[in-house]
Amino acid sequence: MSALELRGLDKAFGGLRVTAGVNLAVEPGERRLIIGPNGAGKTTLFNLITGELRPDAGTVWLFGGDITRVPTRRRAHLGLARTYQILTLFPNDTLLHNVSLSQLGLSRLRWNPIWRLDHQTELLAAARQMLAQVGLDQLADRPVGQTAYGERRRVEIAMALAQRPKVLLLDEPFAGLSSDERRDVKQLLAAIPREVTIVMIEHDMDIALDFADRITVLHFGRVEVEGSRAEVVAHPRTKEIYLGA
Amino acid sequence: MNRAAGIFAFAALVTLPLWVGNAYYVNIAAQILLYSIFALGLNVLVGYGGLVSLGHAGLFGIAAYAGALAINTGGNHFVAIASALAATIVAAAAFAMLALRGTGLGFVMITVALGQIVWGVAYRWISITNGDNGISIRTRPSPFGLSLATANGFYWATLVVFLVAVAVIAILAASPFGASLRGTRDQPRRMTALGYNIWLIRFLAFLFSGLWSGVAGMLFLYYNQFISPQAVALSASAEALLMVIAGGTGTLLGPIVGATLVVIMKNVASAYIERWNFVLGAIFVAIVVLMPEGMVPGSVRLARWCGTRLRLRTAPAHSATAPHPEGGG
Repeated sequence: MSALELRGLDKAFGGLRVTAGVNLAVEPGERRLIIGPNGAGKTTLFNLITGELRPDAGTVWLFGGDITRVPTRRRAHLGLARTYQILTLFPNDTLLHNVSLSQLGLSRLRWNPIWRLDHQTELLAAARQMLAQVGLDQLADRPVGQTAYGERRRVEIAMALAQRPKVLLLDEPFAGLSSDERRDVKQLLAAIPREVTIVMIEHDMDIALDFADRITVLHFGRVEVEGSRAEVVAHPRTKEIYLGA
Repeated sequence: MNRAAGIFAFAALVTLPLWVGNAYYVNIAAQILLYSIFALGLNVLVGYGGLVSLGHAGLFGIAAYAGALAINTGGNHFVAIASALAATIVAAAAFAMLALRGTGLGFVMITVALGQIVWGVAYRWISITNGDNGISIRTRPSPFGLSLATANGFYWATLVVFLVAVAVIAILAASPFGASLRGTRDQPRRMTALGYNIWLIRFLAFLFSGLWSGVAGMLFLYYNQFISPQAVALSASAEALLMVIAGGTGTLLGPIVGATLVVIMKNVASAYIERWNFVLGAIFVAIVVLMPEGMVPGSVRLARWCGTRLRLRTAPAHSATAPHPEGGG
């Protein structure tokens, strides 16, 4: 049973087919890299997996269950978490509040209109611990708006990890980072235990190559090449797509 | 500091009829409290939920009309209040179901339309609402032997409701649900991906907000012992929204300050200036230009700005008289 499986997934915006009959199976614990040039349909694929977009045809399966018609918010409860390529944080709130909101999303506590959120010591301690895991515990009480871009990238990851997902979707977690920051994020991702299945989008192939078990090359919404790291790198189609030869 | 200010404000509010003395001004204070309740409730939706409603006067009016009809068909005050609030909740649920099909401008326009429907019914369904002539009620209630017929009695009763509203809304704002609501305002997409049901959160916020409109509407009915379509008009919804925006959305104090401003302008300034609406308009323009975030957050910002200016001015003088030993260079 695959952790995540896509069967014949199709999506068109008007006349443009951004996802064209995509079949994909990611095994539990696997690290899958999805690469492709700009406009290959990578982020659209993520939006289809999380349910933010509805596919025109095809199905999405999570641990053997068909989730194609399950609303986005329920998919989070089923163990699916994602990060965004364009930072989607709460800029006026502190890092701690951001991560707490993420934990709260899966807790019944989120409906509680009476207790004080800042008295929920258990929740807040877990959020602090999560921030420590991404090396931001020193900044826990600072508003996101007053942190550096590289730090915000790590908050994105902390928010996804705070939900203890079974399948984690990372949308260009290295986008806009300096080489030092990239190294930090790489270490951070390498430390995620193997119970978590990870699918990562990256358009620059070199950055995340050594992270991946298997690689899928997407081009014009179609899966062009798929295989182990060595197979994909050696494949002539990969070179064609990336060098435009 | 903050606690001392709170205790002082509380003491001032409780003893207000004693040091104001004049029944006319006590009545104005009661009106301020009544409209503060209305604005505080609306602010839950506008400020914390980011959903601008121009239809809350409809809910305010539904409560007042339901209460008036219940009293005039022989119901006691308990029945009247219960049926007024029940009618408000049902109407708020219907409003929310329809309005939440849109967000942003769509939401605003649907609430305008719904408010206008209520106004149209109040104005035209004469056999029930008595049309433009409105409905009068004969008495105010006397809960626990306290007669609300006097200005002081009514003021204290309104104050109790006001304090309950402030406390309940403050508790909600600091709660996990309050945090969820603010989250749906700032990043609805992320909130959905995090597992929140943003539609239901907004729906519940609408009900809660509408309930306070109903409470304020019922107090309005008792205050005037009269309700007419004027209280339900679009201008009444706009006025409530202006209170929230002028005072500062998403703050607890803002709607109270905004309500105070509008009620004072309406009642006090209108005695001296015939074109008081013009003055109120000018004040709103000044607020938008000088502190677009509203008077409460704006004053905090200005105070902070003045503080830094003051420190900047005194800092060089200070360093000139007592130079740093290691700063010589």
